[in-house]
Amino acid sequence: MTVYAALGAVEQGLVYGIMVIGVYLTFRILDFPDLTVDGSLPLGASISAVAITHGINPYLSLVFALMGGFVAGMITAVLNTKFKILHLLASILTMIALYSINIRIMDGPNVALLGADTVFDVVIAAGVPGRYAGILIFGVFGFSVTAFIVWFLKTELGMAILATGDNPKMITSLGVNTHAVIILGVGLSNALVALSGALVAQNQGAADVGMGIGTIIAGLASVIIGETIFGHSTIARAFVAALLGSVVYRLAIALALGLEFGDFSFNPSDLNLITSVLVIIALIAPNIKKKVAAR
Amino acid sequence: MKRIFGAALLLFFSVVISSSAHAEGYVISVNQFVEHPALDAVLQGMKDYMRDNSVAVDFKVHNAQANMGTANQIAQQMIGEKADLLVAIATPSAQATAQALKRAPEDLQRPLVFTAITDPVAAGLVEDLQRPGGDITGVSDLLPVRKHLEMVLEYLPGIERLGVMYNAGEANSKATVETIRELSDDMGFTLVEATAAKTADVYQAAKSLLGRVDAVFIPTDNTIVSALESVLKVGVQNRLPIFAADINSVERGAAAAMGFDYYRHGYQTGAMAEKILKGASPATLAVEFQEELQLHINTLYSRKMGVEPPPALLERAAKVYN
Repeated sequence: MTVYAALGAVEQGLVYGIMVIGVYLTFRILDFPDLTVDGSLPLGASISAVAITHGINPYLSLVFALMGGFVAGMITAVLNTKFKILHLLASILTMIALYSINIRIMDGPNVALLGADTVFDVVIAAGVPGRYAGILIFGVFGFSVTAFIVWFLKTELGMAILATGDNPKMITSLGVNTHAVIILGVGLSNALVALSGALVAQNQGAADVGMGIGTIIAGLASVIIGETIFGHSTIARAFVAALLGSVVYRLAIALALGLEFGDFSFNPSDLNLITSVLVIIALIAPNIKKKVAAR
Repeated sequence: MKRIFGAALLLFFSVVISSSAHAEGYVISVNQFVEHPALDAVLQGMKDYMRDNSVAVDFKVHNAQANMGTANQIAQQMIGEKADLLVAIATPSAQATAQALKRAPEDLQRPLVFTAITDPVAAGLVEDLQRPGGDITGVSDLLPVRKHLEMVLEYLPGIERLGVMYNAGEANSKATVETIRELSDDMGFTLVEATAAKTADVYQAAKSLLGRVDAVFIPTDNTIVSALESVLKVGVQNRLPIFAADINSVERGAAAAMGFDYYRHGYQTGAMAEKILKGASPATLAVEFQEELQLHINTLYSRKMGVEPPPALLERAAKVYN
């Protein structure tokens, strides 16, 4: 792994980390396995890309992306709560519908943003070297989103979301409408995922309908890596861990990409295998060390 | 806390241990989007060009396995590798690499050659095909659609309805189908479209065309070509002739194709890469296209699909599978 690749991995980890925060919210807090994210990530990207190519400010385009993602999440949650469709199926239905919707939004499968205005222009114009612009912007966004969610979960509404995930019966008996809480929570989660998608598109120079494939896999892997390595004893710690889990996941990919032993290098098609082996090592290493120490 | 420290230490060492430099020959870093017979053939063609012309090149090949996030990371990995030239195969990889280069520091800037890209202008890679201007140029696989359709019409004179199968999520295919639609009036046939979003949907999409078309044309669509066998099965069972746009598909059983040969495409890319390695500026090298097409015919499958290959075409064919 070269220094440049490591920087790239941290950058990718932070931007996808915003998606991971969203996944943590549904998967762990609300106990709602949500596959909508495979569609809402490219949804945010499409909305932002189309807005930018129509001359809208790149930062304002993020707001539209957030709103789009929120609506997508709401649809999944309404299908689940009001129409009693199993959460997994409801999210799959929204996800596959979004594939067609994203193509409609972009009027095609791919919108190029190479040479267009992006959120990075401001900081690059201020004199930050291009290679650090991504890390700076994504770091600010990643930690602001984390701080916002941690604050939000301490408000009365946030407490209701926490309680709905923990014990829906108890919270219903307290007179809270769990349906509304679930719709809000899943909407919020997908709004963050769409924000992440919008930033990814601006970073990689294009929005593509295929960019959402594997989002939930990366999201769940990052959540669990984060919990295992950084712990989850408090809400704040858990969300920071989710963000950092995403960074570790991307570092594992970067490490796999650059892995060479002298003259032996892996076949390019081995990438996914090596990545998963590296993640397994990261997850079990602490346990093994503990066992060895206990002897 | 110990765990975090351990993880950090592991990372630190992995950064330090890596990065070894090669002294002799050129280094080319490759960002390939996905394993796929056509894209693999491009890479092979490029490697063979370098070998045939005894240009010593060490290829550092990376494959994103169809994941855009990984394509992005590969782009940054490649910039760190400090190769002499970067090559990107397929649109998403080229866009990711171009974007990473745009933000890389001055001393890590390298020329980029793209390949297997249908519309480099729409993809935002170059502003002008003749004079790319920046440090990016390459080879486009834009299909000479009219030549393909003329062959189909000569093969099956008088057909009225032509089916086209593609994935609406592939930018290349969308461009091709639009061209076919524009040509259909002029050439006197009705276009019937069937789309499949993933390989598992291809069989159903092929069946949906039954009774509505006289023949099916498959453009160079990654999804449909990956599942070509299921289209051929429908074609053979219902005596519906299937035509393709690349010659590999003819070997697999399509009736015929005015061959787009991805191996030669890669070979052409190799020639362009050599020019740049030896000092030519990408800004003045026009984007290239594949000019010569070869007609390949599969007589065995053609008959199975109920069509006797016309003798005039068989005479012109560069390759006939029996």
